[in-house]
Amino acid sequence: MNKKLEIKDLTVTFDGKATLHNVSLEVLQNEILTVIGPANSGKSTLLLSINRMIDRIPNVDIKGNILFDGKDVKDFRDVEGLRRRIGMVYAMPIPLPMTIKENILFGPRLKKYVGRKEADELVETSLKSAFLWDEVKDRLDSSALRLSGGQQQRLCIARTLAVKPEVIMFDEPCSGLDPISTAKVEEAMKVLKKDHTLILVTNNTKQAARVGDRTAFLLMGELIELGPTDKIFTAPAQKKTEEYVTGKFG
Amino acid sequence: MRIAPSITQCIAKFCLFTATASAVGALLFIIGFVLAGGFSHISWGFLTEPILDMGREGGILPAIVGTILMVFVAIGIAAPLGIASAIYLAEYTLEGRVTQVIRFGINCLAGVPSIIFGLFGFILFVVILGFGWSILSGGLSLAAMILPTIIRTSEEALRSVPQPYRDVAASLGATRWQVVTKSVLPYALPGILTGVILGIGRSIEETAVVIFTAGSAIQMPRSVFDSARTMAVHFYILAREGISNENAYATAAVLICTILVINITAYSLMHRLMRGKS
Repeated sequence: MNKKLEIKDLTVTFDGKATLHNVSLEVLQNEILTVIGPANSGKSTLLLSINRMIDRIPNVDIKGNILFDGKDVKDFRDVEGLRRRIGMVYAMPIPLPMTIKENILFGPRLKKYVGRKEADELVETSLKSAFLWDEVKDRLDSSALRLSGGQQQRLCIARTLAVKPEVIMFDEPCSGLDPISTAKVEEAMKVLKKDHTLILVTNNTKQAARVGDRTAFLLMGELIELGPTDKIFTAPAQKKTEEYVTGKFG
Repeated sequence: MRIAPSITQCIAKFCLFTATASAVGALLFIIGFVLAGGFSHISWGFLTEPILDMGREGGILPAIVGTILMVFVAIGIAAPLGIASAIYLAEYTLEGRVTQVIRFGINCLAGVPSIIFGLFGFILFVVILGFGWSILSGGLSLAAMILPTIIRTSEEALRSVPQPYRDVAASLGATRWQVVTKSVLPYALPGILTGVILGIGRSIEETAVVIFTAGSAIQMPRSVFDSARTMAVHFYILAREGISNENAYATAAVLICTILVINITAYSLMHRLMRGKS
């Protein structure tokens, strides 16, 4: 399979303190790569480095390369374009205080004028892909803040989908959700991987086991192990991985 | 000995209530006093006639026009400048030594007595730049006076917008300017508007700056290069020189009503803007 992202010797330091240390890994086209690890192991930093959201944080030093379709993300002059191609869904659902429809169209409208017909289509397809359409199709013009937490998170996924990204990164997307909402989000992810490449950072090892094709285990900024999800959870090569996935620490 | 929590709670509630009640009471008393003294002397003629016999007779139309023009100049300059500076400070710079120094300077400026701005305006605009005693000089000096307030309140309003709103917009491919205009400004608007309204209020009520820089001509101003008096200055002169107590009170009443109307319009405007966003 194609390498969609190739990370080589990535070291990220905040204020002189390394949060990622010599991490090298690849993300393959149309896979779900889950990244697990305890708090402060550099999982979110990894995501922020990939779509260069990390540029917005002061006093950060980045070494190493991140190749996206073979091109280093550093060399993208159009960083906004890069972020449209590598979308991101955050841990907390953050609907913008506007209507459901406006939330979906927020991204596309940043780039160009969206006509009424195109807008309707975009709203419908995005919401359908996020498994939210049936629940909100009758109230697209009501405030997004009135949705439940799980619906809000799926709205955020739909909003990310609306800018048609190739890669979608999820940063602990279900940490605040109930099991039913979580199941819906996971279901959406499994369908999305047909046309997208997914990176899922999660604190929940069971979730990683459920949806991941391959799993990477990060600990204190270092990549301990990366392999097929079954193998990581049944026969990990490293002792630390085994301890973590079996719940001995973390 | 330890006082029971239920008693401290009672005492605290009582103290807080008394403080609020006396503050509001004093305010209401002052406003009521002025309005009661002034309303009986307000008539259509008072609002539409020129100032006659130094203010003993006639109305206050030139002062109303002078006030409006001067506030217009002041806000027209201070609001865009102040909001732009606030956006720059809050959204475009990383927090560091330089921004701290700038912010400290702004806070100091906000505390400078207005008469200093009057003197500054007199020297710079009236004398050096040769605008003379005029609405322009007055408006520019008022702008300098209210600029720190507008910058400070706007910056606070911008900073109170949750960071995730910015992150979401940026992650969807918004440029920094789009993040500001689409995702931050709409939610900071009420706070910014509050700052601007404060600025308007301070400009309307200001006397020291205006006397120094715009003079106190009683003729109807024909352009921003004419000298003019504002209602506050008119009131000050009438009361201070014992010209006419009735007209002084009436002017004060009009002044208070003007500020009220501005506040109500601004807030209802804001309400309309914010509707459907929460």
